[in-house]
Parts: sequence; C-alpha cells; structure tokens
Amino acid sequence: MRAADHRELVVVGASLAGLRAARCLREQGFTGALTIVGDEPHPPYDRPPLSKRVLSAPGRPVRPELPVPNGLRARWLLGRAAVRLDPAARAVTLADGTRLTYDGLVVATGSTARGRPPGEPPLPPGVVTLRGWDDALALRAALTEGHPLVVVGAGFLGGEIAAAARERGLDVTLVEAASQPLEGALGATAGAYVAALHREAGIVLRTGTTVEGFLTGADGRLAGVHLGDGTTVAAGTAVLAWGGVPSTGWLAGSGLAVDGGVHCDPWLRVLRTDGSAVPDVVAAGDVVRVPQPLAGGARMALGHWTNAVEQGAAAAAALLAGQDPDGTPAPFRAVPSFWSDLHGARIRSVGLPGAADETRVVEHDLTGRRLEIAYHREGRLVGALTVGRTGRLASYRRALEEHLASGTV
Amino acid sequence: MQITVDMTLCESHGQCVFAAPEIFSFDDDDRLVHEASPPDALRDKAEKSAAVCPVRAITVSPASPPTAS
Repeated sequence: MRAADHRELVVVGASLAGLRAARCLREQGFTGALTIVGDEPHPPYDRPPLSKRVLSAPGRPVRPELPVPNGLRARWLLGRAAVRLDPAARAVTLADGTRLTYDGLVVATGSTARGRPPGEPPLPPGVVTLRGWDDALALRAALTEGHPLVVVGAGFLGGEIAAAARERGLDVTLVEAASQPLEGALGATAGAYVAALHREAGIVLRTGTTVEGFLTGADGRLAGVHLGDGTTVAAGTAVLAWGGVPSTGWLAGSGLAVDGGVHCDPWLRVLRTDGSAVPDVVAAGDVVRVPQPLAGGARMALGHWTNAVEQGAAAAAALLAGQDPDGTPAPFRAVPSFWSDLHGARIRSVGLPGAADETRVVEHDLTGRRLEIAYHREGRLVGALTVGRTGRLASYRRALEEHLASGTV
Repeated sequence: MQITVDMTLCESHGQCVFAAPEIFSFDDDDRLVHEASPPDALRDKAEKSAAVCPVRAITVSPASPPTAS
C-alpha cells in the first residue's frame, strides 16, 4: 500500500515513540485521518525526568510535556487503553468499547514496571513502582515525608531514584542481586564505578542479596524490607525497580508474536507467530523486540529514549512504504544509545555494552568523574561507555554505524 | 541558517554531535560547542540534530535577511 492509499492511520501509544511516529507520518506526507490512542489521561510527556528532577527538584513538580507539532492534526483518544487487536478486520478495540478501524497501524504501547512476581502475597501500602507521571507524583510525595527509602534493583532507574532521594537528604538503601550495580548491562568495571558513586553519595548499597519479604507495622503499612542475608532494613517506602515488561497484553489472541515484546522484522513490521509480516502494521519503542546485530542477532527489547525516537521515525517510513517494493526503506539499523545521570556523573553509552565478552578500560578516574570503556564481542567493537567524556563517543559510534551498515556484525 | 543552543538545558548527551559532527562537538570539559551559522547545505543534518536532542536545547532558524547597505 502506498502512502496515498492510506486513509485512516491509528497509533496506539501516546508517548515518545507514538508521538514521534505520528509526527514523521505527517512529515513524510501522510494527509489522511490520524488517531492517537493513549492509556494515560495525560498528553505526551517525557519519561527520563521522572526518575530525576521530578523527584528531586524543589517546588511544585511540572510534567515534562513533549511538544506536539502544530500541523499534526490528530484525533487524541486519551485515558482509554487499547484492549484488543483484530488484524484480519483491521480493527482496534478500546477499554470503553470504542472500535477503531484502520488502513495502517503503529503499535507503540511501551512497557510497564515489573511488579510483584506472580504467586507472591500482595504488596503492602508503601511498596511502589515507577513508570508514569502519576507514579512519579506519588513517589515524590512519599519522599517528601522523609522516611527511609529502600530501592530494590540498582539498574538505571533504581540508581537514579536512589540518587534523587539521597539528594533530598533521605536515608537510602539500594539493594541489588548481582555483585555490582548494572553488572549485566555494563560489566564489572563500570558497575564498580557506579557502586563507588553511590557509596560516596552516602547511599547504603547492598549487593549480592535479594528481597525476601516486607515487614509491616500495626497500620498495615510498610515498615521494613527483609533481605536474603537475614537482615531487615527499616523503610517507609520501597521502590521495586526491576525493569520493564513490554505492554503486549492487549495483543493476546491477535496471532502476533509477542513473547518478551512485539516481534518485528528489520523494517519494524510486526510479525505473526508463524514469522510472516502482518500487512500495514508496524511497531516502535519499548514494546518492540527485534534481532540486534550487535548482540549476535539475538532478539532484544531496548527501553531507551533514543531507540523510541529512531524507531518511531523508521516505523512511520516503513508503514508509508508498505508493500511497495520500490518504496521499501533501508532496514532499521540505528546504533543504540542510552544515558544516565548519577550524582553529577554523566554516564553516556553507545552500542550494546551488555553484549560484550571483553571490556577494555581506556580511562578510569573516579575523583575527576572520567571513565572510558570500549566493549568488544568476539574481538569486534559492540559498544562504548563514557563518564565526562561524551566527545569520545562519537568515533565509537561512527565505527559501530559502519559495522552495522556493512553487515559485519 | 542560524543554530542556537540553550546551554541551561544542554546535558551533553551528544546526539547532535552524532547527527551533525560538522556543526557540533565537545571541548575537553565535555561542554558542547557549535557552529552558529553553518552553510545551508547542512540544513537536514541541523534539523535532525534538533529532532534527536533529548532536552530540546537546539533551535534551527533561517539566516537573518541581509541588511541593506
């Protein structure tokens, strides 16, 4: 189907990836009807600040809204989750019963916070997760009470929440199952560096241990967290920062391949369980699970800001190109990148450090807040990470881009 | 074409440097420096840089009209 053939396009997901896809559809010449569906009542906003300044900044918190371009001309259906997709009928059903038919569809439903493992007792009041604006406001209010905070999971999100709470003067304990924070994602050297940053800031970091249960007070609220080493840490609030789960529940029964995220081909066209592409359905952002050449072709979901932006644009292009063989764009081959700001250290990364089997430390200076690590897999560069040396990332990124373009990884 | 960067917003993410190294770079202190009036041939790259900046610190505007002499 060519761009001119589309009359009605629907974007399910009103966050970064969905908004970017919508914007690019218009920029690439789509003039038909455009509907954007969002499960939250809020217009699009940016999530990275939710674990940073929204928690730590003084004064009234301001929702970090994403600008909606003037020429978007979209119909917004907010506060209504999509609950069902029927690809044969080309129809999406919303929670309030609204049925939307489409000529083309963008799936951009993102992810939700991984909560309590199934089968475990319900969580007491005071145990929370952070994903959306409402979560951030609730957590901010809890931090304002000043009680000790336990953060479970020392990944990017957990680390940033711990840092924001510490900035506000709270007693903070950060619990991590691995022997270093971010060890799986960034390796032991960067993990130890981040651990040192946390400890220097006064955070109590408990690695190599897990949460066994929650202690409650007479009022039923959280009073402490039991750890696997037999100790109990006092807590007024506990945040579970165990990562995200792609939001694919609404796609159950649609025939799409959705384990661990929506499976897509290299053009971000959504795949059925038999591996064939669904006509005129593409996906973008945290919900997507695509083969990652830098990780040896393993399917991965990347919950990063830049990934949502770049996939939003690429998915829009693929949707408008459709089945037209002359119009098929190049496969999506962007170099992943992500960042985290911890205790004044600007951690910046390109590629997939987590896919490496070897790390080469080029510079390591904790006091001067400098770090440069190159990550290799089977002798080839797959990623790089810096602190206070973002300028040096550009050449790594260029090398990765060349590897990806030439298909040598 | 004029490029302005709001340095109160810039967090040195480097996305603009990746997208348009002809316009943006970092100094030794990881502070962003940029070409204020790059040639119009770089317009696409400049606009891509603005579009991928996570903190939306970059503004691309047409060159101010030449003043009559």
